[in-house]
Amino acid sequence: MRFSGFKVLKEGLTGNKGWSPHWRSPDPKTEYDIVIIGGGGHGLSTAYHLAKEYGAKNIAVLEKGYIGGGNVGRNTTIVRANYFLDGNSQFYSHSLKKWENIEKELNFNAMVSQRGQIQLFHSDAQRDATIRRGNSIINQGDEAEMLDVPTLKKMVPYLDFENARFPIYGGMIARRSGTARHDAVAWGYARGADQHGVDIIQNCEVTGIDIEGGVVKGVQTTRGAIKAKKVGIVVAGRSGQVAAMAGMRLPIESHVLQAFVTEGLKPIVDHVISFGMGHFYISQSDKGGLVFGGDLDFYASYAQRGNLPMMEHVMEAGMALMPAIGQAKVLRSWGGIMDMTPDGSPIIDKTHIDGLFIDCGWCYGGFKAVPASGDCFAHLIHTGRPHKVAERYRLDRFRTGVGLMDEEGTGSQHNLH
Amino acid sequence: MRIECPHCGERDLREFYYQGDATLAKRPAADAGEDAWDHYVHLRKNPAGVTSELWCHERGCGAWIVVERNTTTHAITSTKLVGDF
Repeated sequence: MRFSGFKVLKEGLTGNKGWSPHWRSPDPKTEYDIVIIGGGGHGLSTAYHLAKEYGAKNIAVLEKGYIGGGNVGRNTTIVRANYFLDGNSQFYSHSLKKWENIEKELNFNAMVSQRGQIQLFHSDAQRDATIRRGNSIINQGDEAEMLDVPTLKKMVPYLDFENARFPIYGGMIARRSGTARHDAVAWGYARGADQHGVDIIQNCEVTGIDIEGGVVKGVQTTRGAIKAKKVGIVVAGRSGQVAAMAGMRLPIESHVLQAFVTEGLKPIVDHVISFGMGHFYISQSDKGGLVFGGDLDFYASYAQRGNLPMMEHVMEAGMALMPAIGQAKVLRSWGGIMDMTPDGSPIIDKTHIDGLFIDCGWCYGGFKAVPASGDCFAHLIHTGRPHKVAERYRLDRFRTGVGLMDEEGTGSQHNLH
Repeated sequence: MRIECPHCGERDLREFYYQGDATLAKRPAADAGEDAWDHYVHLRKNPAGVTSELWCHERGCGAWIVVERNTTTHAITSTKLVGDF
């Protein structure tokens, strides 16, 4: 089934009786060539790229819950490529290019909206650092543009420019960055993978990984044992538990990150805006809700809810930047489990076990990486070699200290990112 | 979340600084080797359940405290000074 304007019109006029499920719900087979553990955005994207780009066959995605029920369906939906460090900048650039083409490729409306992301700065030092970052982004082939205060006042007049503590000195805009509809991304990749023969098996929790003589042989699941020649772990916040099934301990600590949505309001925020002081960023969804978030709660957690101090901090930062939101009512908030690495950058690598691969450590930035992470992980699983834009995402960089990618420059330590 | 400081009693989360897993309280010897140091600095068991962590009562008495806490519920079962750990 393909979506088209004609199809939507026809179905609309004939009672919407012609739609069919977007993917099958097969029972798991006893054996696959490749098993992907985790049916989130990254897992589905990996399976899709394996089948579509790399021509792999006989693939299953095992999902503990349901498709779109994890972090991919609960995030602040921002897609951007404004990274500074070599390695990160090429990777996220690759991802943004894939975002620009995702709807055509998947024949699915992911509502990618390149509304522009504005990063504000509030001091001379921050201006210098922002210009340096902008130059780095331009040098590696993406765009960055500085905005002075008069320009910003026209674009985003509702900000508090004269805030006594954090006056706005200017900003940098990445015009190709923006937002996408998060659950549509999961559904689109699930549908695309399914169309290329991937078995998506929901409600199937992996309970063990079978390894013999240092070679992966398959997985144990709540729906029976499944043999596999290759296994990929892509389970975000739960990476520690799944890796432990293979006897591995990862450089990852899972933390909670909160985000918030207000009641629907008339259009006001036309961009994604990041505050330069205090951790706060905001955009407005197509339904009108203001979507905003802040920093981690900064303690290990799987509770999927945070505590009030960080909520208060985020609200205070929001009020300092944009006092107009003070009257808006917060409709809901949630806390996601973030797989934090010491340097704040991800891992896409082989493990010491033959045939076992891992894609993890996305910290609080996994959503924008979904297309490229899937592409690069699929490349690694299929060819055994890292994709050229992901070759720095090595698992051993913490142990060796070589090639750490500390984008924030705060240090390579678990409680700092 | 409120944390019981062995010196000051139960206090608000905002008074505390989270350092990380309590493995950080057991610093290996300088010559313990790469493995031991990798485990100390980077590798984490990262359990979904009860874990021991190192917190500092930064905006209080300044004591380093080992907190036994459940990461799935945030329930705290015990706290003790790091010297008693």
